Amino acid sequence: MSDYNFAYLDEQTKRMIRRAILKALAIPGYQVPFASREMPMPYGWGTGGVQVSAACLTPGDTFKVIDQGADDTTNAISIRKFFEKTAGIATTEETAQASLIQTRHRIPEAALSEDQILVYQVPIPEPLRFLEPSEVETRKMHSLEEYGLMHVKLYEDISQHGAIATAYAYPVKVEGRYVMDPSPIPKFDNPKLSMAAIQLFGAGREQRIYALPPHTRVVSLDFEDHPFEPSKADHDCDLCGASDSYLDEVIVDDAGGRMFVCSDTDYCRSRRAANHVGAQGAPYEDARA
Amino acid sequence: MTPLLQVRDLAKFYGARRGCEDVGFDLWPGEVMGIVGESGSGKSTLLSCLAGHLLPDRGEVIFDTQLHGPRDTLSMSEPERRMLMRTDWAFVHQHARDGLRMGVSAGGNVGERLMAVGARHYGDIREQAVDWLGRVEIAADRVDDKPWAFSGGMQQRLQIARNLVTGPRLVFMDEPTGGLDVSVQARLLDLMRGLVREMGLSAIIVTHDLAVVRLLADRLMVMKDGRVVEQGLTDQVLDDPQHGYTQLLVSSVLQV
Amino acid sequence: MIEIDGLGKSFTLHNQGGAVIAVMAGACLRVARGECVALTGASGAGKSTLMRMIYGNYRASAGRIMVGKTDIAQAAPREIIRLRRHTLGYVSQFLRVVPRVPTREVVAEPLLTLGVARADAIARAESLLARLNIPRALWSLSPTTFSGGEQQRVNIARGFAHEFPALLLDEPTASLDAANREVVMGLIEETKARGAAIIGIFHDEAARARICDREVDMGAFAPGRAA
Repeated sequence: MSDYNFAYLDEQTKRMIRRAILKALAIPGYQVPFASREMPMPYGWGTGGVQVSAACLTPGDTFKVIDQGADDTTNAISIRKFFEKTAGIATTEETAQASLIQTRHRIPEAALSEDQILVYQVPIPEPLRFLEPSEVETRKMHSLEEYGLMHVKLYEDISQHGAIATAYAYPVKVEGRYVMDPSPIPKFDNPKLSMAAIQLFGAGREQRIYALPPHTRVVSLDFEDHPFEPSKADHDCDLCGASDSYLDEVIVDDAGGRMFVCSDTDYCRSRRAANHVGAQGAPYEDARA
Repeated sequence: MTPLLQVRDLAKFYGARRGCEDVGFDLWPGEVMGIVGESGSGKSTLLSCLAGHLLPDRGEVIFDTQLHGPRDTLSMSEPERRMLMRTDWAFVHQHARDGLRMGVSAGGNVGERLMAVGARHYGDIREQAVDWLGRVEIAADRVDDKPWAFSGGMQQRLQIARNLVTGPRLVFMDEPTGGLDVSVQARLLDLMRGLVREMGLSAIIVTHDLAVVRLLADRLMVMKDGRVVEQGLTDQVLDDPQHGYTQLLVSSVLQV
Repeated sequence: MIEIDGLGKSFTLHNQGGAVIAVMAGACLRVARGECVALTGASGAGKSTLMRMIYGNYRASAGRIMVGKTDIAQAAPREIIRLRRHTLGYVSQFLRVVPRVPTREVVAEPLLTLGVARADAIARAESLLARLNIPRALWSLSPTTFSGGEQQRVNIARGFAHEFPALLLDEPTASLDAANREVVMGLIEETKARGAAIIGIFHDEAARARICDREVDMGAFAPGRAA
């Protein structure tokens, strides 16, 4: 482990990133530029999130990584191992045990607390990019609070689909000021953005960091006659029976058989451990066997 | 009554070369002023300076704002100026694709200015969009079509609807009929005349087409080499031109 | 209503060696309300030029042209525009319109510009078109394709749509048949009767004799004579 500086990045870089993080926390929802480093993984695999995590980790931290809610996917395992190797820190799959959680595309179902940090991997930090290709122009629009364009996107949704069809990366307004892309989380997770934990967003390729301090007011954009609605599959988890969690649809055979399961694997596991059983689920002990 | 726009001693240089110089005039509410001149005469530079797209080197562009009365738009803060641009002002580009969002539906294009000033009721926005499409003679069933599916004339009419939906008081137009078929031009001119009259709009129209200004403009300004060589009542300038350049311009028009 | 004093006009042709052509000098004319004055003189004597100067279409080189309280020779464009909308009408020899606009709209436009309610303006336009014997079938078509006589009648209807206090008529009865000439004469007589001041050019001597109170010979204002 002594081959690397703690958490891979050199101390100067970590300080630079921390300054960006502090500025981002001071101006909730504002995109702070930072000098993103080359990381030993390709862009799109979480280089932004990894740099933010590296700058935040301390030797006493317990680290958890989820990808689409799951701890056991390739990307999650790789990043977890990366920090086990370069920082030597403890890791966990249990949401409540983690002090720092790096995520891609989900917010854990269990409520987070004030002593936790949630780090998001962000592909495209600019919510206005959809309609305005110029970075100069979008920055000006942010600084002058010209956000009419954001509603044009939602208008287009309704006119084409009869409802706001944006299902993920649903834009939000932070503390009545900045419009922010919450990263590609499902809009089901949007209400959770107002939470007790610190939320940090890192975009490696785009070189931007933004943040939500604890208990920040985050409102999803909508129309008066088409209010925001968090949505999920109209189903319960087939393994743990949860009716309040975001579900993945899994094809189980070649005959069209399918099941809905919690996307948050830790949430599902902990419910089954507490003897909740879904329609296709087996008792918890059996599943482990 | 106060002039809607007072322009004083306006000048813009590109290095040592003159874009426009010594330009001054008053535009009164409900007046339509044409600016004519050959390519390179400075008419487009002048329009850009007036509309806030280009910062002049000298002069004042004083607009009679609804809240604070006459204000020099050049010394305004940028947020104030941009607010003006999406409320009291409108700009119709020669090429519709410069003034439209080509990837957004006709309804979204018209609705954008409404949403930019705070409209948040989808049904109302759509209703106004359809109403405005009707006023520029675009059928209601095209409301969800993208502008690239429209003809050139329709795109230009859509651009006009998008600009006028928030009830501006001053419209800048840069060669609004340029590049359109003659028959389409006539239809557009008729439409613009009606809208100007009904809404009591003031407008500044830059064009090289004397027939356009004769039909649309109350007043005319003739530019050459960045300077105004003659201005006055449109039909007076065209029928009894005083300056040699204007005489040449008028006599150069082909008679049909 | 109309008072003209010491009016002069010359054209400077900058592109033809700066030649200066004087066409009028020392023109004086007074027209009271309810009065109709005919301009006479040979072709080229400056009848149409004077009409155009009164309308503000040609710029005066000297003198003054009072219409009501406004001096056309000095007035700013917007004053002339206001005067043309409210006070001073002009029926020229030729109809100049935006292509594609229906005849009914062409005639109603002066009223719409004044803010007259649309229904009222259209009703007035239609009654004038009917009176001038323009077939109803043509009302919704653009006059650009009409015959010369029809265009002239549309032009007259447009000129009489609003009841101007002062009116300039340039050959209003030319190219009209007897029946339609009679209609136009009736319109002019009504306009006089309601107190409008009228200046006209009439080639038709019978019409001139019937309508006009006085004749003014433009020959008297030829530049050589005045100088």
